[in-house]
Amino acid sequence: MNAPVKQAPAKAPQSFPKPEFTGAEAGMQTFPSSTSRSYNYFKPQKMRATVYEDVTIDVQPDPERHLSQGWLYGFAKSPGGYPQDWTVLKSGNWHAFLDPNEEWEQTIYRNNSNIVRQIELNLQNAKEAGAYAHWSPTWIRFVADNVGAWMHAEHGLGMHVFVSAQRSAPTNMINNAVCVNSVHRLRFAQDLALYNLDLSESIEAFDGKAHKDVWKSSPFWQGVRENVERLTAIGDWAEAIFATNVVFEPLVGVLFRSDLLMQIAARNGDYITPTLIGAGENDYNRDLRYTRALFSLLANDAEYGEANRAVMQSWLDKWVPVSRHAAVELQPIWSQPSERTITFAESFAAATADFNTLIADFGLTSPKEK
Amino acid sequence: MSRQSLSKAHEKITELSWEPTFATPATRFGTDYKFDKSPKKDPLKQILRSYFPMEEEKDNRVFGAMDGAIRGNMFRQVQERWMEWQKLFLSIIPFPEISAARAMPLAIDAVPNPQIHNGLAVQMIDEVRHSTIQMNLKRLYMNHYIDPAGFDITEKGFANNYAGTIGRQFGEGFITGDAITAANVYLTLVAETAFTNTLFVAMPSEAAANGDYLLPTVFHSVQSDESRHISNGYSILLMALADEDNRQLLERDLRYAWWNNHCVVDAAIGTFIEYGTKDRRKDRDSYAEMWRRWIYDDYYRSYLMPLEKYGLVIPHDLVEEAWDRIYNKHYVHRVAQFFATGWPVNYWRIDAMTDKDFEWFEHKYPGWYDQFGAWWEAYSRLAYPGKNKPIAFENVGYEYPHRCWTCMVPALIREDLVVEKVDNQWRTYCSETCYWTDAVAFRPEYQGRETPSMGRLTGDREWETLHHGRDLADIISDLGYVRDDGKTLIPQPHLDLSDPKKLWTLDDVRGIEFGSPNVTLNNMTESEREAFASSYRSNPNRTPSTAKV
Ligand SMILES: [Fe+2]
Ligand SMILES: [Fe+2]
Ligand SMILES: [Zn+2]
Repeated sequence: MNAPVKQAPAKAPQSFPKPEFTGAEAGMQTFPSSTSRSYNYFKPQKMRATVYEDVTIDVQPDPERHLSQGWLYGFAKSPGGYPQDWTVLKSGNWHAFLDPNEEWEQTIYRNNSNIVRQIELNLQNAKEAGAYAHWSPTWIRFVADNVGAWMHAEHGLGMHVFVSAQRSAPTNMINNAVCVNSVHRLRFAQDLALYNLDLSESIEAFDGKAHKDVWKSSPFWQGVRENVERLTAIGDWAEAIFATNVVFEPLVGVLFRSDLLMQIAARNGDYITPTLIGAGENDYNRDLRYTRALFSLLANDAEYGEANRAVMQSWLDKWVPVSRHAAVELQPIWSQPSERTITFAESFAAATADFNTLIADFGLTSPKEK
Repeated sequence: MSRQSLSKAHEKITELSWEPTFATPATRFGTDYKFDKSPKKDPLKQILRSYFPMEEEKDNRVFGAMDGAIRGNMFRQVQERWMEWQKLFLSIIPFPEISAARAMPLAIDAVPNPQIHNGLAVQMIDEVRHSTIQMNLKRLYMNHYIDPAGFDITEKGFANNYAGTIGRQFGEGFITGDAITAANVYLTLVAETAFTNTLFVAMPSEAAANGDYLLPTVFHSVQSDESRHISNGYSILLMALADEDNRQLLERDLRYAWWNNHCVVDAAIGTFIEYGTKDRRKDRDSYAEMWRRWIYDDYYRSYLMPLEKYGLVIPHDLVEEAWDRIYNKHYVHRVAQFFATGWPVNYWRIDAMTDKDFEWFEHKYPGWYDQFGAWWEAYSRLAYPGKNKPIAFENVGYEYPHRCWTCMVPALIREDLVVEKVDNQWRTYCSETCYWTDAVAFRPEYQGRETPSMGRLTGDREWETLHHGRDLADIISDLGYVRDDGKTLIPQPHLDLSDPKKLWTLDDVRGIEFGSPNVTLNNMTESEREAFASSYRSNPNRTPSTAKV
């Protein structure tokens, strides 16, 4: 090296900067734009922009809005940035979507912290109160096997559907909503895994390893695993979200969580599992709000709505049978617990009814059962 | 949680992933790197159950500080010289942050290691945190700082401005092209591991010296997530090094990533720190001194060099060259001068340098006054409208530079200019390495080897091309850099808001034609072009002192 090198001083400076009065506070002078105190490059939904709108809109630029020089880097065979053809759905204005949950830094951390704190408290209380003492051997096995297996579904979808899809949508509003969806699922998967660990430590007969085999090879669960794996293999980001949140979740996720577990746990002396599962259900309801807003917007797009509905209908034709199959294969677990308060047919009817209401909102119909 | 239960919890979480048998995750993003021989290396672990409350706690401290700053009238002590540059910086940085979130699936696709996937997913949500918390800080500045103009058009300015574009490539580099080049080498091994130190540590301390203690609060909170990100990147690097075939690509990517980060980050942060501060204590570290400590010693010597023993080829020459540009070739000073030359097309105001500044610069960078002193005196002299045009259009002996096609900072170290015909177009580059990046690295073949996943340079990379031959007043009004009276410009070459007569309006810049150096270059004959290049390289671009004018 030939440059004269000045070594940085090892010790801190001897002096300190002095504060001085600058008068650089809002309102201390009047001049053009001295009161221009809102982001003025987008039109807020209401009179005043929300914090969510302010911190989200246009952070991901778009050549159709203000971006003037185009994207500066491309992929080898396709343009860079956020190509709109990464889904076959089309929109007259992708930027019209705003997340009804208005997720940003503060809501994400508050919401998830509240949930994990509540779960931790519940589990601690359960241990202290000996809440697991009354669990029957069949229920212990039911939780180890089935609640255990479900953690994998949550994790796989979180990591390989939602984390992946948040790279791909044309706006920051969509991508952030999807991103928050992914951490809900990853967190819930971990919640279930750590619950499983807790149970292995509290209940002698609890087999904390069983979930892995059940997920990999129990015939009851292979339809669910196949569905999950196939969802992760979808390349079109909107199809992946649609086939997961609009099809798989109502027909399999809600079926298992709400229409089975939440109905039978208490009758089997288990007051703890429902609090956990309820948190996952709550996440899904939150994520369903943005999903519904997104696909309603696309289904009702003035220019492309009809074509979009045809595409979504074809997605239903493709994915509903896969999820129905997964649900039906799960049927035998309905008869595993000693206290059976609900039949598979009842649960499946409830799940299907909710599913039909959801897709009716998009102007879609359920494909006929074969 | 006890240590024992923590390690059990980590162990348990590793059980979540499985080997799929019905279908495998779609690979949306390609890489030419191979990982099938790699032993799995694990990054720092994080359990979401403890992660969320930990981050929420950090956020509460940030929000507490924001309330405190407003109640304590922080802005009465904030230096306008400093805050004006935040209009540029905070318009840029939320995009690289969100791009880092978007980059995570690229790395997840490429690296077959579930433990790394977990680390990357947590990084993803960290980056959403960073992007939105920074947008929120900027919103607070817009609400409480004396001059909101420029903050109010922030993301639009970012998207249509020549300086915004320089910063934009920093984020786009994370999310496009070969997945490992982008999301591992460029983003993590270089941007996060080396340059977040100047971004998130050096700059905040300068903010504090200028009366702004909110920027440090927010950015230190951001930086505290960075060690996990660096650990993700390091684990991927170790896995990549396990396959000999990856080394050639790593060498290529480190050269590109190092050099581009240097060109872009040092240009921007160097300018903010050296020209945005009013703190001229002689014992305050210059940007070069900070760089020497944070980048040269802590990153290059302590992080990169030890990796040589694993077979990593380190760009020693480019590290030395970057230092040479910063310290001896006055890179940062030339960039600041260029930003100030271009003031009419900025969305922030730039304060003139005074005798006190001159003295400090000369002390820290011997020879500074000779090169830049007279130009800054001319800048002050031409600060107000009426008698003169903006400095770029007055003859002060400063020749407007050509842009580097690759890093998009102009070729300011004039003797290093490269002029080459690439993809059927005459292009200029600031350096041999920037030329190599375009002509050699970002291509489907590298040193005789197929690199089908490598990205491409795209876009209208010379900003001036878009505005060639147009009237400056029309350009500014199309860009939207006009205040709410419909005529006063957002940018001004001074900080005095008290006298409307001192504020430039559209009328003051009408009738000035704007030109693109690249368009001109492509219209030259071969001999004109050669003459141009040699005169460009030999012109010291030094403003004669006023005594001689
Ligand atoms: Fe970040
Ligand atoms: Fe980061
Ligand atoms: Zn360059």
